[in-house]
Amino acid sequence: MVSEYRIQGETGEWEVVIGLEVHAQITSKAKLFSGASTEFGSEPNCNVSLVDAAMPGMLPVVNGECIRQAVRTGLALNAQINLWSRFDRKNYFYADLPQGYQISQLYHPIVGEGAIDVPLDEKDPDGEVKTIGIERLHVEQDAGKLMHDQHPTMSYVDLNRSGVALMEIVSRPDMGSPAEAAAYVRKLRSILRYVGSCDGNMEQGSMRADVNVSVRKPGGELGTRTETKNVNSMRFIQQVVETEARRQVDLIEDGGTVVQETRLFDPDKGETRSMRSKEDAHDYRYFPDPDLLPVELTEEFVAEARASLPELPDAKRHRYEQELGLSAYNAAVLTAEAETARWFEALLTESAAAQKASEADVAKPAANWLISELFGALNRLGKNLDESPVSHEHGAELLALVADGTLSGTLAKQVFEIMLETGDAPAEIVEEKGLKQTSDTGAIETVIADILAANADKVEEYRGGKDKLFGFFVGQTMKAMAGKANPQVVNELLRKALDG
Amino acid sequence: MANITDLGVAEIRDGFRAKDFSAREVAGAFNDAVAGAEALNCFIVTTPEKALEAADAADSALAAGTAGPLAGVPLGIKDLFCTKGVQSTAASHILEGFTPTYESTVSGKLLEAGAGMLGKLNMDQFAMGSSNETSYFGNVVSPWRRNDGGNTPMSPGGSSGGTSSAIAAHIVPAATGTDTGGSIRQPAAFTGICGMKPTYGRCSRWGIVAFASSLDQAGPMARSVKDCAILLEAMAGYDPKDSTSLDEPVPSWETALSGDLTGKKIGIPKEYRVDNMPEEIDALWKQGTEWLKDAGAEIVEVSLPHTKYALPAYYIIAPAEASANLARYDGVRYGLRELPDGANLQDMYAATRAAGFGEEVKRRIMIGTYVLSAGFYDAYYTQAQKVRTLIVRDFDNAWAQCDYLLTPTAPSAAFGLGDLSDDPIAMYLNDVFTVPSSLAGLPAIAVPGGLDKQGLPLGLQVIGKALDEQGVFNAGLALEERAGFSARAEKWW
Amino acid sequence: MSVDTETVLRIANLARIAMSEEEAERLKPELNNILGWVEQLGEVDTSGVEPLAMVIANHTHMREDMVTDGDKRDEILANAPLAEHGFFAVPKVIE
Repeated sequence: MVSEYRIQGETGEWEVVIGLEVHAQITSKAKLFSGASTEFGSEPNCNVSLVDAAMPGMLPVVNGECIRQAVRTGLALNAQINLWSRFDRKNYFYADLPQGYQISQLYHPIVGEGAIDVPLDEKDPDGEVKTIGIERLHVEQDAGKLMHDQHPTMSYVDLNRSGVALMEIVSRPDMGSPAEAAAYVRKLRSILRYVGSCDGNMEQGSMRADVNVSVRKPGGELGTRTETKNVNSMRFIQQVVETEARRQVDLIEDGGTVVQETRLFDPDKGETRSMRSKEDAHDYRYFPDPDLLPVELTEEFVAEARASLPELPDAKRHRYEQELGLSAYNAAVLTAEAETARWFEALLTESAAAQKASEADVAKPAANWLISELFGALNRLGKNLDESPVSHEHGAELLALVADGTLSGTLAKQVFEIMLETGDAPAEIVEEKGLKQTSDTGAIETVIADILAANADKVEEYRGGKDKLFGFFVGQTMKAMAGKANPQVVNELLRKALDG
Repeated sequence: MANITDLGVAEIRDGFRAKDFSAREVAGAFNDAVAGAEALNCFIVTTPEKALEAADAADSALAAGTAGPLAGVPLGIKDLFCTKGVQSTAASHILEGFTPTYESTVSGKLLEAGAGMLGKLNMDQFAMGSSNETSYFGNVVSPWRRNDGGNTPMSPGGSSGGTSSAIAAHIVPAATGTDTGGSIRQPAAFTGICGMKPTYGRCSRWGIVAFASSLDQAGPMARSVKDCAILLEAMAGYDPKDSTSLDEPVPSWETALSGDLTGKKIGIPKEYRVDNMPEEIDALWKQGTEWLKDAGAEIVEVSLPHTKYALPAYYIIAPAEASANLARYDGVRYGLRELPDGANLQDMYAATRAAGFGEEVKRRIMIGTYVLSAGFYDAYYTQAQKVRTLIVRDFDNAWAQCDYLLTPTAPSAAFGLGDLSDDPIAMYLNDVFTVPSSLAGLPAIAVPGGLDKQGLPLGLQVIGKALDEQGVFNAGLALEERAGFSARAEKWW
Repeated sequence: MSVDTETVLRIANLARIAMSEEEAERLKPELNNILGWVEQLGEVDTSGVEPLAMVIANHTHMREDMVTDGDKRDEILANAPLAEHGFFAVPKVIE
């Protein structure tokens, strides 16, 4: 499927070809080759072992969990798992690279080809889906961090990240627009978070992308690509594609040629620039790391990894539609993030239990409430689902109070607002504030009698055929009952009183 | 009683336990011998206080009945081993002043067994050399001299030249060496001592400054096969910190030592008869064959057809690995930093490494960088690793016909310091007999066989199957018992 | 294959060893000598032969995912030529 996206140049339209190398930090307690912690935000050089600092004579020993997570991720990407893989040394000099080489996998990566389906429009899950090829996934070490702004003439080196495990997930150059690139990363991130192999936290650098961009005349030969390093948000990825494609088109149309190079994105200026410091580093002299043995996996190991995978977003979305009867949109919203689905499923289980009903029976109101009420409120409060003041237990209780008629829709909204403020249980709020809906026919009949007496003229008009006045009597009754009367009961009693 | 410094590991251990002397007396005697042998330049750093401290601990332990297997035995430690709190330089300028906060697994095991440390032994810089002339801290001089009455300083071999010289001079009873392509065996041969390179993976490489990771192995050097067996027992063993370490039990090699080779077959590889080999070496090789026959073994001729390609393969693989292993010496985290005025980071690297590495080290880093560089990798590195596969196969085929191989250790006796320093390839050829077994990771021992016409020692080498250190020790012992090598360098220092 | 002075300088730069043109000139014949010597490997027929992957048969022991190390900044910085505020310090890097 060819993207419709085009860059308009002076010589006509240009297509953009995008491939992404996503670096995802593997969720692990310890680093890839040492026992130092991976914790974020520690004091400088505190999460560093002698191995991470490349002290003389230090040797790497691979963390089995990182291998397992890479395999699980590969399986979730529908990819080939290589039972025999190996680590190589990628040689270059930089102050954030203590060994003088990065341990990575070039010749024999742990995961080979795969593919994922990416919906092109987030809002339209039943719309077009594009399959993006995965070329490979390999495991490698992260580098340390350089701080440039703490001293006028020196840079400071912090090795806390040095040796943290990364998965590099290399896509095929299958994307043709900024939106496709973003959709791919969004889907990839969702899968990684479901699998639990990466927290997908782009602000903390747990996930970042090298964006390869080239341009060509529609259907023409592939152009020379540039690689913009370390782009750390969806928005920036789209910006990089836009600005880099535009730059290349302008360059070519001005008679220049695109140079294959590494570039850096400057979010403040919204532009990419050549990264001179790494220009001479292209001869990486990869060779197998003789400090490490090949990684040989058994079929059993892979089978166990496969068995440990959770239901993945696509499967879950289909199940929500088919078994729970949710709309495609709701199913897509609820499954986009592993946390949302987890929250929803807890709400569902508790709702079904509270209402003594099946999950399918309670699914729709639960989904509607979560998406329109809770998400709306969290959005207003600027909070994430995991920071929600309303727990799923309380959500289920609220839904049950509506279902059994204790609360009307209006009352439920009032109770929900109080829950947001106090975090209290809805039943308690109903009790304390007396918000319980009344179905006490005697009390309602008394009120109705008073209203009819006070509005004898309107009663006359109604009986004379002005049906619309029925709403007026409902409103008056509800008002007199301070909104707590069961609207159904009010309707019934009014009809009886008016129609005789 | 004999002079304490003439005793070997077993004798010191046993005499100490029999209370013939205290550990403190032993340490004191060797400390004095070390202090009196500065002319040999065997040590980069001496640690008499450490030796005494360990000796006092050994004396107390003996009294308490908790003495370890090496209690009372002072040792030298090659400077390639990182030793906690004691400068460890790999004989380089770039690591001058580097004081590890950690102890290498192997030296740690020796200390744990009760041994003491007399000091850090000089060596070829980063273990690159066969003559001990590449040390930043000066050449090591062999205690041996030619019998021509001249005073030509002789090479102790390399890279474990400080080790070999010190043992031959009786200023240490034994010491650690490391062997990448012959660095234990060739210096042992040059100085008339024994040296054992175990199976690759027997001794942990953790804490040993890396030269070529797929080849480096620590091993013992001493004046007898038995002493080597005792030391290796303490040095070897699985180490979870080294991924290439072998998870195999360490046998009691000393207990099972036997020079009886009845039923064993000894292979004589015909490709080891190289051009221009001195006649005396050939004669010693034949003599060795006779000795092993006398010990009950049967002699068979075998073929290792790719032998001649071992050295060139080695001189691609070892420098390639070294070029990456030595990239960490960059002036950022430890060691030398050269920062010319106005230098940026990359300038600092280049200046530091230019000033910190010696000529031979630079030469090997350059070769290693070149053979891995874009466009050359397959022609050099991949081809060398394929040839290495063929060399391993050669040995596997030989093992179908025999149990051990007998070869000379080195193609010549020791040469004078400076004799080969202008000709790198001639220097590399010193390892022609030791490199093939290094490439295959096999255990091999060097045992002194006799003296040549110049009065210099010559050695024999026994190569065994992977993990058959016992067989190698036993065949070595059979040679030792028959060679009766008792020559000793006359003290001139 | 023989190297020229320019190649020697390029390799020296890749290896980050400062080298003058004179030094490169001097090193050139030495390197060519060694390279010429190792090139005899080209004679060996290695078709169908895999490069050696492991010297002695062994298998990967993986470490458990447990924090067992770190929290030793003083040790890490103990030998640093220049350390400030808990960091290694290097000449300013412009990216």
